[in-house]
Amino acid sequence: MTDATQEPEGELPTRRDFIYVATGMMGAVGAAAVAWPFIDQMRPDAAVRAAGLPIEVDLSAIEPGGTIVVTWRSKPYFIRQLLDDEIAAADTLGEGDMKEYVPAAERIAGPDGADTNNWVIVSATCTHLGCVPNTVDNAPEGWFCPCHGSVFDMVGRILRGPAATNLPLPPYVFADESTLIVGSDQV
Amino acid sequence: MSKLEHHGTYTPTTGVGKWIDARMPLPRLMYDSFVAYPVPRNLNYAYTFGGILSIFLVIQILTGVVLAMHYVPDATKAFDSVEHIMRDVNSGWLMRYMHQNGAHFFFLAVYLHIFRGLYYGSYKAPRELLWILGCIIYLLMMATAFMGYVLPWGQMSFWGATVITGFFTAFPVIGVPIQELLLGGFAVGDPTLNRFFSLHYLLPFMIAGVVILHVWALHVTGQTNPTGIEVKSKTDTVPFTPYATIKDAFALIVFLAVYAYFVFYMPNFLGHADNYIPADPMVTPAHIVPEWYFLPFYAILRAITFDIGPISAKLGGVIAMFGSIAVLFIVPWLDTSKVRSAVYRPWFKLFFWVFVINSVFLGWLGSQPAEGVYVALAQLSTAIYFGFFLVVMPVLGLVEKPRRVPNSITEAVLERSAGSGGGSPQLGDATASADKS
Repeated sequence: MTDATQEPEGELPTRRDFIYVATGMMGAVGAAAVAWPFIDQMRPDAAVRAAGLPIEVDLSAIEPGGTIVVTWRSKPYFIRQLLDDEIAAADTLGEGDMKEYVPAAERIAGPDGADTNNWVIVSATCTHLGCVPNTVDNAPEGWFCPCHGSVFDMVGRILRGPAATNLPLPPYVFADESTLIVGSDQV
Repeated sequence: MSKLEHHGTYTPTTGVGKWIDARMPLPRLMYDSFVAYPVPRNLNYAYTFGGILSIFLVIQILTGVVLAMHYVPDATKAFDSVEHIMRDVNSGWLMRYMHQNGAHFFFLAVYLHIFRGLYYGSYKAPRELLWILGCIIYLLMMATAFMGYVLPWGQMSFWGATVITGFFTAFPVIGVPIQELLLGGFAVGDPTLNRFFSLHYLLPFMIAGVVILHVWALHVTGQTNPTGIEVKSKTDTVPFTPYATIKDAFALIVFLAVYAYFVFYMPNFLGHADNYIPADPMVTPAHIVPEWYFLPFYAILRAITFDIGPISAKLGGVIAMFGSIAVLFIVPWLDTSKVRSAVYRPWFKLFFWVFVINSVFLGWLGSQPAEGVYVALAQLSTAIYFGFFLVVMPVLGLVEKPRRVPNSITEAVLERSAGSGGGSPQLGDATASADKS
């Protein structure tokens, strides 16, 4: 105490100032450490994450030109085998026809550019506000979102409407000719 | 508080009353706040919505607590449990329809209350905190209503939650983790329903807490009134009871009568038929529309269809929508006029009504599909909305020439009654001299 009173007022920080600040900071760290589990518990839990593991899809029953919807991580995905003329229609579209141009071949290739035999696997969640688009056979138009009118082509590229980006591609890989794994790009 | 002279004070007469008063003077607080509390003598019916709102908060909490006794927050059972309430639970249909329509009338009253505040300049010094507390209540109400709408787990519940939580994905990098944190999963599902139920139960009590602060702040500064002139003497005020109590009660009865008509004769008029279809994550309803009280903000969200520099159209829409509510918080500092009430501001009065009509128009646009001419109209209407706050409010205060403002509330009241031929005004000396300060 005698040391503190001898120091001139408003000058160098005292040992006591240091202890005040250090205590306050320790308190803040402690409060944050307590707050963390209260926030962390809101994240997807172990059961939800386990249910989000990759899924296997049997493709043998799908006719060429047909589409199925599968669910991975509670969200729907389209799996569609395109006909050759549908691919050709998608190929005719150029950079001027869409908002986010990617060559059609890149959208239907597997990991490392592997040939997937005309399969297109895209998210069935509209990139505008999350509705599920309807499948249409109106090449080069392949999907139409009923909510706000976004139109996607045969390989899920945005042609027009309020959505700004293409339908995302999930990670996927073909385990064999008729077995598709959605959710991972490794067998 | 010094300016506000009380009409009489609390004097406990019974022994029990005196005993309590010496220990915890709650009866004194209630008496001073709701009986003797002086209110301006010229309050009109626009000032009755505060009381109506507090009654509706009570209605929502009472019916909500009862509904929670029968509701099951589980994605596989929620929809059925609501139907169970409607068909099996004794008076369950009444509780649910009161709760559902109560939300609509709660918002109707809060919008009228906010418009009243804007018209009469209730947000101006020294009532900035009072106004901001009101804005916080409004934000909490919106969060509560949104989460409540998810609970019946119908198609609109599910897809409304999907669209609204999808807003967060507009933010780069942090967007998707935040969305997953809110949902507790990769999409709206059982964890989402459970936490929304928990928060929907919690938030009304937080609203009640902020309402207490709101009323506290109100009782420190005193009410505004249609003239916008501060209370200057005792002749400017009347005691809360019976004058304001009776006026509030009459307005409440009229409001409740309309509410009852909806509850008993057209309970689903304000809802969406799609919400009687159980939630289906694989099928989107043809037309996702929020409840009417969110439509103006939905229109603003969808009006931004163009990128602004590095900000994508989607993020721009989300920022504009949040901004349209955030701007309310700074209204006390946006309005530069020294005159409080629109009664004495001819141009502000005009712009105010343009703003009201525009807000209703925005709501209508929000109910229309976002295509063609509606997009352009929504952009124009959004510009008018922000223009009112960011351009009209600051500029008009500097350039507008207000009408002559009376010296006191009493003078304004007597001028009016003289103008309408009612009696001969006698301005008391006390009133006239008290105004010079």
